[in-house]
Amino acid sequence: MPTITYHQADGQTQVVELEKPARIMQAALRNDVPGIVGECGGQAMCATCHVYVHEDYVDALPEIGEDEEEMLEVTAAERDARRSRLGCQIEVGTPGLECIEVDVPDEQV
Amino acid sequence: MTETLNGHVNETSSTAPRVDTAADTPGVVIIGGGQAGLQAAASLRDEGFEGSVTIVAEEPGLPYQRPPLSKDYLRPRPEGTPAEPLPLRGPGFCAERGITLLAGVTATAVDRVTKTVHMADGTELRYQSLVFATGARNRQLTTPGVELPGIHGLRTVADAQALGAALGAARDVVVIGAGFIGLEFATAALERGCHVTVLEFAPRPMGRALTPVLGDWFAGAHRGLGIDLRLGEGIESFEAGGDGRVAVAVSTTGDRYPADLVVAGVGVQPNDGLAAAAGLETDNGIVVDAHLRTRDRDAYAIGDCANFPCVQAGSPFRLESVQNATDQARHVARVILGEESPYTELPWFWSTQGPFRLQMANIVRPDDETLVVGDPEAATFSVFCFRDGILAAVESVNMPGDHLAARKILARGITITREQALAEGFSLRAAWKEHATAPVPA
Repeated sequence: MPTITYHQADGQTQVVELEKPARIMQAALRNDVPGIVGECGGQAMCATCHVYVHEDYVDALPEIGEDEEEMLEVTAAERDARRSRLGCQIEVGTPGLECIEVDVPDEQV
Repeated sequence: MTETLNGHVNETSSTAPRVDTAADTPGVVIIGGGQAGLQAAASLRDEGFEGSVTIVAEEPGLPYQRPPLSKDYLRPRPEGTPAEPLPLRGPGFCAERGITLLAGVTATAVDRVTKTVHMADGTELRYQSLVFATGARNRQLTTPGVELPGIHGLRTVADAQALGAALGAARDVVVIGAGFIGLEFATAALERGCHVTVLEFAPRPMGRALTPVLGDWFAGAHRGLGIDLRLGEGIESFEAGGDGRVAVAVSTTGDRYPADLVVAGVGVQPNDGLAAAAGLETDNGIVVDAHLRTRDRDAYAIGDCANFPCVQAGSPFRLESVQNATDQARHVARVILGEESPYTELPWFWSTQGPFRLQMANIVRPDDETLVVGDPEAATFSVFCFRDGILAAVESVNMPGDHLAARKILARGITITREQALAEGFSLRAAWKEHATAPVPA
């Protein structure tokens, strides 16, 4: 089954199993994964679902859209040139991106 | 952990770490299971509150996010894949934290002498502290014919489900009111291929919240999308067709608009009746002080239902926004735990209307001096609002980076003058970055 693995700054890890494709932010909210806020409900308007994608998965990601690019410039935790993405913009459990592992930053707001 | 979409509806603290339940020492009772109520419960636990926490929520099911209901939720989607509301927290959240969520339960009376909340099902709850997070309800039209089938409001997930289904068969949609909800719905209906007319009595869309310059821009922009936006024109009556459903909307100018689906988005009224009946002061909402406390030291009000002394508005104010609900919830939790500080968070808002993503940092005032920065023709620009020559609020269209930078600048009280903003190469993002990386003065 497709999974999203969230690695927290404090060393804890949560693994969410997906019964169907889901975005990183929404899956976190539905499963009480801490550290992902999703303040705007997934409109790429708040940058509170910032995650660092593990290197192995970076090349499989969709391109960064214009809105996401702008939001990534103003994230609370520092942007990583390659690994920073918004969780609301990445759908997992789809062909080409069955699973993903992300690091959750220690601040979002 | 498994992605479970159909979680428990009534969560209890039975599996939770040992905390007092309602049967033991009275703790905090929160009336309302929306953004404000749930955040207040979560923040009480985050701040270390150990007594019982009970949420009385009128709607059944898990508390969910309302904003997407008038946006993503109404998008066209493949047959057989119904939209699901986005929960505020997962199904295990309350139980894991020892929060009792009474979903589908209505509070009917509050006795402040015995500190008891009475419920419609005959049960009662004792409290030490009481938080009203009762939200708001849609203002109802009194227009003749308003009871006809085919006329909808939009507030709950049930409303959104009904509308989503109705949109599939609708051709001519009439929206009453060019506020946020009305225009969000109008653009969603347009994307679903409907012909959309919006009637607004005021001279501008979103006139209560936006600067005139941005209101005028939105009027043109929505017409450019193909919405028939009628300003200075209210609703007079609805007429039925042969099938008994709504067929025509007649406006105050006597114009007749074909309508097989009508949505009324004419604002909301605070749910302050329960507080008023309990003898608390109400005036366009439950009146609270800067600590979000009513005149009863043990009763508080937060979110859409609260009329509070708003520093930014400079007067008693009631705000309808996710930000106001969650920030006041976090604040009230700290006050209940003994912190005596005033609520001062910067208000901010957003609305997604088709291709236009509108964000506002702070409340604009009618006499603000405005400066348009960016490219309105390309629908990427901000409106800077100055008070006494200092940046006081920013409205942004498709400029989320500007918005976030503006929020940070305004919340920290960083001074940006009109002259600075007019300087070559000025940007809010650069101004914020410069400040954020500047050495802290000794």
